[in-house]
Amino acid sequence: MNTADLLTPNLGVFALLGGIAGLAAVGVVAFNNAVRSALCLVISFFTLAFLYFTLTFEMIGILQIVVYTGAIMVLFLFVIMLLNLGALKSLIEERDPKLLLGGLLGLALAVLLGSQVLLPVANVLETRAPADIGSPQSVGYSLFTTYLYPFEIASVLLLLGIVGSILLAKRRI
Amino acid sequence: MAQWFLDLHPAWQALIRVLLFVLPVLLLVPGLIWWERRLLSWMQDRIGPNRVATITWSKTSKLVPGFLRGKKTKFFGLLQPIADGVKLFFKEDVTPSASDKLLYFIAPGVALFPAFALGGTLPFAPWPSITPIADVNIGILYVLAISSLGVYGVVLAGYSGNNKYSLMGGLRASAQLISYELAMGMSLACIVLATGSLRMTDMVRVQEQALWGAFPVLQNWFVFTPYGFVAMVVFAICMVAETNRAPFDLPEAENELIAGYHTEYSSMKFAVFFMGEYAAMFVFSGVLTAVFFGGYNMLPVNWGYIEQNASPFFAGVANFLGKLNYYLAPMWFVGKIAFFISVYIWIRATLPRLRYDQLMSLGWKSLLPLATFNFIMVASWILVTRLVSEQRSPLAGTIAGVGLWVVAAALVFSLWRIVKKASAEPELETRTISMVDPKIGEATV
Repeated sequence: MNTADLLTPNLGVFALLGGIAGLAAVGVVAFNNAVRSALCLVISFFTLAFLYFTLTFEMIGILQIVVYTGAIMVLFLFVIMLLNLGALKSLIEERDPKLLLGGLLGLALAVLLGSQVLLPVANVLETRAPADIGSPQSVGYSLFTTYLYPFEIASVLLLLGIVGSILLAKRRI
Repeated sequence: MAQWFLDLHPAWQALIRVLLFVLPVLLLVPGLIWWERRLLSWMQDRIGPNRVATITWSKTSKLVPGFLRGKKTKFFGLLQPIADGVKLFFKEDVTPSASDKLLYFIAPGVALFPAFALGGTLPFAPWPSITPIADVNIGILYVLAISSLGVYGVVLAGYSGNNKYSLMGGLRASAQLISYELAMGMSLACIVLATGSLRMTDMVRVQEQALWGAFPVLQNWFVFTPYGFVAMVVFAICMVAETNRAPFDLPEAENELIAGYHTEYSSMKFAVFFMGEYAAMFVFSGVLTAVFFGGYNMLPVNWGYIEQNASPFFAGVANFLGKLNYYLAPMWFVGKIAFFISVYIWIRATLPRLRYDQLMSLGWKSLLPLATFNFIMVASWILVTRLVSEQRSPLAGTIAGVGLWVVAAALVFSLWRIVKKASAEPELETRTISMVDPKIGEATV
């Protein structure tokens, strides 16, 4: 496969979305302001959903938006706003020996993950998912047949979480 | 559809589809503002904006035809939104100095985006090549996902202004939107269950079937089924809450928070918030129409069925009306939207603003349980329908069917109770306060 075959409009869209998502992910750790970091995470999640859309994985993309962008990050922002966090001066660290160690460990993690992920991904040449994978019907079907027990157990776990948080938060029940 | 359209590159087709949706919404928003002000003033026994676009013809000029000289031509103040827009455009744009500048500037855009993006899967006519913009198999989930993004604009505006009232407004808005999203999702899930598809075009198509499976002349709009009616009312209430409209406009409660989250916004930035709110009203009304009120169909009547089964004269009439129904579909759709927007305004004119605790208890204690019970009922409804249609046990099916109608009636009754409770006199907490502490006398003895 030569380079001319790779330079398709699909690649352009992918590069744009992936670039935004990557930059936003860097922004999450680069910004000192908690609200901006959270917003970068929102942008990252949102563009990630569009990457799923380009693969015709609409279901997973929209779940990404519903769950992460629409619910979890709103709660994050809500808490940040409730505490009214500004830019924290104490977050700016200089010449900390921990930075070097952290960087090395991060690099090691990247190598470890990359060695596992990149090789299988490099052989994938299809730009779109097969038609029936990731449709609401197939996801629902596998959730209620093959993965029924994990699904139900996860839902019980979530219920326990809700009940537990109410138990902890309420003074009187 | 014309062949030339299908011959275009898909990207151009998509662009045309987007423009065909976004431009009408953009153009209708000023009209909407005019309509709200006029209708509201009529309901409140005022005159309202009726002066702009009044032409006073010259008495002496020869250029004016004789019958017009010295007369006034009134256009009901139709150009008022343009005058308002010009005024807003030329107002001083004050940016608070201690604000987070970047977030302050992007917040109005973030608020506007979901209002327009919401219509991405909304079909406004039975023409698959033009509408919806993307007929994806997750249509209704997309609506929920994008409407959940509506929080961000409000939250960012509230935070970035560096004003405590703005912040309070933003906090209220995010709490309110999250709370009402749940009931909204649950009420839409009922319809998903009844349709068996998340695709919005399928939802409209299912509503074209015979009413209750028994009257093929009429269409089975979901609002005519008991569970659909309950889901519709829940959705409509949540819709009003999601668009921050009265009586759910706590995020901008004037007597408590000045103007809420957009206190610090002036000039065009405020206008963008304003526009976003009205566009969201428009598109949410469209979702209500498509999901519960038969979408782009003129009347709940199956013209095709009449045409086949009636005498030649009526068949001809039905054929004509069916064609009218097909070719003028966007008109019926927009007509229904106009009706629901009038209902929005009507509600605003009628109901006072809720208290914050009333808002929360309505959302969490009334609407969410109701929508959940409704969901269970739809599931049992489908089960009974299958039992009856498969003739496995007709008697049990009939009994269960009657039982379901009873349960449905109970649900509608509880809905009525909720509405009545929400609109009843508030139970005010009374405390006796004595100006002199009674313990003082005891201590001195």
